[in-house]
Amino acid sequence: MTVEEVGAPRRRVEDARLVTGRTRWTDNMAPAGTLYVAFLRSPQAHARITRVDTARAKERPGVVAVFGGADLAEEQGSLPCAWVVTEDMRHPEHPPMAVEEVRYVGEPVACVVARDRYAAVDALEDIDVDYEPLPAVVDMEEALAEGANLVHADLGTNASYTWVFENGDLDAALRDAPVVLERRYVQQRLIPTAMEPRSVLCVPEGDEFTLYSATQIPHILRLMLATVTGIPEHRIRVVAPDVGGGFGSKLQVYGEEVLALLLARRLGRPVKWTETRSEGNMAVHHGRDQIQRLTLAAERDGRIRGLKVDLLADMGAYLMLVTPGIPLLGAFMYNGIYKMDALSFTCTGVFTTKTPTDAYRGAGRPEATYAIERLMDELAAELDLDPIEVRRRNWIGHGEFPYETIAGLTYDSGDYESATEKALQLFEYDKLRAEQADRRERRDPVQLGIGVSTFTEMCGLAPSRVLGSLSYGAGGWEHASVRILPSGKVEVVTGSSAHGQGHETAWAQIAADRLGVPFEDVKVLHGDTAVSPKGMDTYGSRSLAVGGVALYSACDKVVEKARRVAAHLLEASEQDLDFSGGRFSVRGVADEGRTLQEVALAAFAAHDLPDGIEPSLDSDATHDPDNFSFPHGTHLCAAEVDTETGMVTLRSYVAVDDVGKVVNPLIVEGQVHGGLAQGIAQALYEEAVYDADGNLTTTTMADYLVPSAADLPVFVTDRTETPATTNPLGVKGVGEAGTIASTPAVVNAIVDALRPFGVRDVPMPCTPERVWRALRAEEEPDESEPGAGGGLGSADGGLGPAGGGSGSAGGAR
Amino acid sequence: MPPIRVEVDGATYEDDVEPRLLLVHYLRDRLGKVGTPVGCDTGNCGACTVLMDGLSVKSCSVLAVQADGHDVTTVEGLGAGGAEHPMQRAFHEEHALQCGYCTPGMIMASIDLLRENADPSEAEIRDGLEGNLCRCTGYQNIVRAVRRAAGEMRRPAEERATAEEREATP
Repeated sequence: MTVEEVGAPRRRVEDARLVTGRTRWTDNMAPAGTLYVAFLRSPQAHARITRVDTARAKERPGVVAVFGGADLAEEQGSLPCAWVVTEDMRHPEHPPMAVEEVRYVGEPVACVVARDRYAAVDALEDIDVDYEPLPAVVDMEEALAEGANLVHADLGTNASYTWVFENGDLDAALRDAPVVLERRYVQQRLIPTAMEPRSVLCVPEGDEFTLYSATQIPHILRLMLATVTGIPEHRIRVVAPDVGGGFGSKLQVYGEEVLALLLARRLGRPVKWTETRSEGNMAVHHGRDQIQRLTLAAERDGRIRGLKVDLLADMGAYLMLVTPGIPLLGAFMYNGIYKMDALSFTCTGVFTTKTPTDAYRGAGRPEATYAIERLMDELAAELDLDPIEVRRRNWIGHGEFPYETIAGLTYDSGDYESATEKALQLFEYDKLRAEQADRRERRDPVQLGIGVSTFTEMCGLAPSRVLGSLSYGAGGWEHASVRILPSGKVEVVTGSSAHGQGHETAWAQIAADRLGVPFEDVKVLHGDTAVSPKGMDTYGSRSLAVGGVALYSACDKVVEKARRVAAHLLEASEQDLDFSGGRFSVRGVADEGRTLQEVALAAFAAHDLPDGIEPSLDSDATHDPDNFSFPHGTHLCAAEVDTETGMVTLRSYVAVDDVGKVVNPLIVEGQVHGGLAQGIAQALYEEAVYDADGNLTTTTMADYLVPSAADLPVFVTDRTETPATTNPLGVKGVGEAGTIASTPAVVNAIVDALRPFGVRDVPMPCTPERVWRALRAEEEPDESEPGAGGGLGSADGGLGPAGGGSGSAGGAR
Repeated sequence: MPPIRVEVDGATYEDDVEPRLLLVHYLRDRLGKVGTPVGCDTGNCGACTVLMDGLSVKSCSVLAVQADGHDVTTVEGLGAGGAEHPMQRAFHEEHALQCGYCTPGMIMASIDLLRENADPSEAEIRDGLEGNLCRCTGYQNIVRAVRRAAGEMRRPAEERATAEEREATP
């Protein structure tokens, strides 16, 4: 047994069922007697509900029950927010089904339970709801103005909280600063769009319930369901079967999940609900949606003095599980990889009559990285420096780690020089710069732009102490247990909850190495609170850096238990045993030995164990990290911009990432690819658009433009490897890196192409129309101010005709 | 309700169905063929792609009654005698899937793509799969997998069998 599993490009064990259609999606399950739920959703952004009449719907054939919000008001509770970011945070009640007032289009107002999906959806048409319209609140800045219409009248304001972080003397940094840049960037609202729509099936058994859900967080969901409904935690089992992607959208406690549980209890039968995509676009939480006002002070040589960040973050209509904390995760990332003397961050969470926001891949960090990386390019342009050079003058040198940043984090390791050097070579940076100069000279209608993004992120959420200091409602540890079966086969139980990340493969690689058993002998179990009773689930690029380390420790405990048994069997002292390649041997007597798997059988038989030794090698471990991990990398993007049509074509994209030690390079590369696609999609394609009345106009995949294979370039990916020093595996996390890095790389490239025309910003998504308008605005300066972004804000429907959305909120297919 | 007779993955089914019943719901809810998932309701995502008489269709955009008299192949019907189809193998080898939700449709669409063009270029594959969305992979490994499967499927059957034997021997 000499093969090192960690580091090997193992093909995934998950694939066998996924490529053959033998998958266990929640919607694939329907125990005998299952009833189907359909929700009637509000077609109004903001209205008082004056009447819900379910009588006609109840009479339809196949309909078992119909409920309005008032019918469930006594038992449905309020959906949880686990992150009370300030003591005075305003946190309105959030009933799973609206009772008196609706506050976003798509909010559930009634539901039908019927014998099949079609009967349930048909009956929605026979529910009569009367609404008394109230004013929509769509724009964050208007929402904060004096006398603004209120989302929650009883709060007296649309501000949920204002959170401040300051370090260093920003006033001093700004005073007489030779260079001051002020910019306003808009992080448009995005829809996470996991390919598997949400689905939940709740099976009652007496006073106990098994709830299957397409969720990232079975453990957290179980606790929250118990809290919301009052059903004791030990009477609820939550199963996350195969889950088709999440990207943060399934890091949530959804009203539909709570209601499925309550309906199953009421009706005593299994109930199932699976959303349609059009429903999901309205009712799955959205991501991003922030307005950033930034002030950067620098010396003439390009060195940064300080940065001031004023943020407005759209909460949507309610605070969901971690809604208010998401923008604050970015607070510590605005300084990026750079040294500076002062940082000031202020964030105000704002209520609007829109779908609530919450975690979406990167969660706060993409927004921060976008801001600082766009500013670095602006600073370079201002000083007529190469954007790489201005970064070099500011970044933390390889020899300076560990480094305490102005945001108070300690970056344990990193090598920005090596990653950048590698990226520049792969990209052929100098050659592309020469071509750019040539095209500028020739006044080529198709201009070339080069975008740089040198990013870092905080991963491995999170040290429980830190989460506590940020008033988060739980810790950030992770749990693993290792069971050695009598035959020597191994079951790994993890509290992480994979939904595409490949934990069943990567965790088996870690266990195989630590225990010295064949990869094929390891089975990984997860995603079921009855099987894996403890866990903090999967999000924030935490699973490997926290859960993988827990597994590593649990394996070591197994080996230590086995060592005592092996010593007894070999009649040697524990200190004289070597453990290598899965085998204990007496030092100096190589042929005297027992494999760990043989020891497991001896422990199972328990005929001859030393006194005081339990007949089991099974072990578990809970890992709570001391620090975050800090992946980093250098991404370079070359974009061709047609100045006549506004069309942007990505010509090449190079990503050199440093995610520390790699367990499975195949999985790492895949994560980077997918992350890049999502970050590029924010830059070029995607936006959740609301009209002035608060109607979401991008309710379908025809309107919300998830890119296809034809829309994306070939990625060149490579790595440097600077091991994390804060965990024994040396790992950092990779789930979000591509998304965080790529958005500013792409927009920087577009702006770089257009700088000769005076353009210094194009608001995202950089559609052909917006690029074209940015160019024309420069040619006709009396039009909207370039770079301000306001004239091209989120409500201009830049994505073209908005189909299907307005009013069609019945969940019909 | 109109009667239909459909062959699905080698078995024949006769059923009375509502005229509005979508083929994908017929497959999933009536026949238990849950290997074909539903990803959207507007025919955009392609997760539900199956072959009808060998041609790819989005089964959310076909009525069950339209499948009357036709031969439907889903991802569950691929591969003879338990062996995986070269496309399934290629998706596994090239790590062309993560969550796997789009995978059945992506595999079926890719098979149809190779029927039309046995040796597609990278760009032709990207264009050919435009109607199938994936949120996890960024498509790069999907393109690699289709190229790999194309190479595999162009090799004479004999040569392929020998290669498989070789691969099966540890």
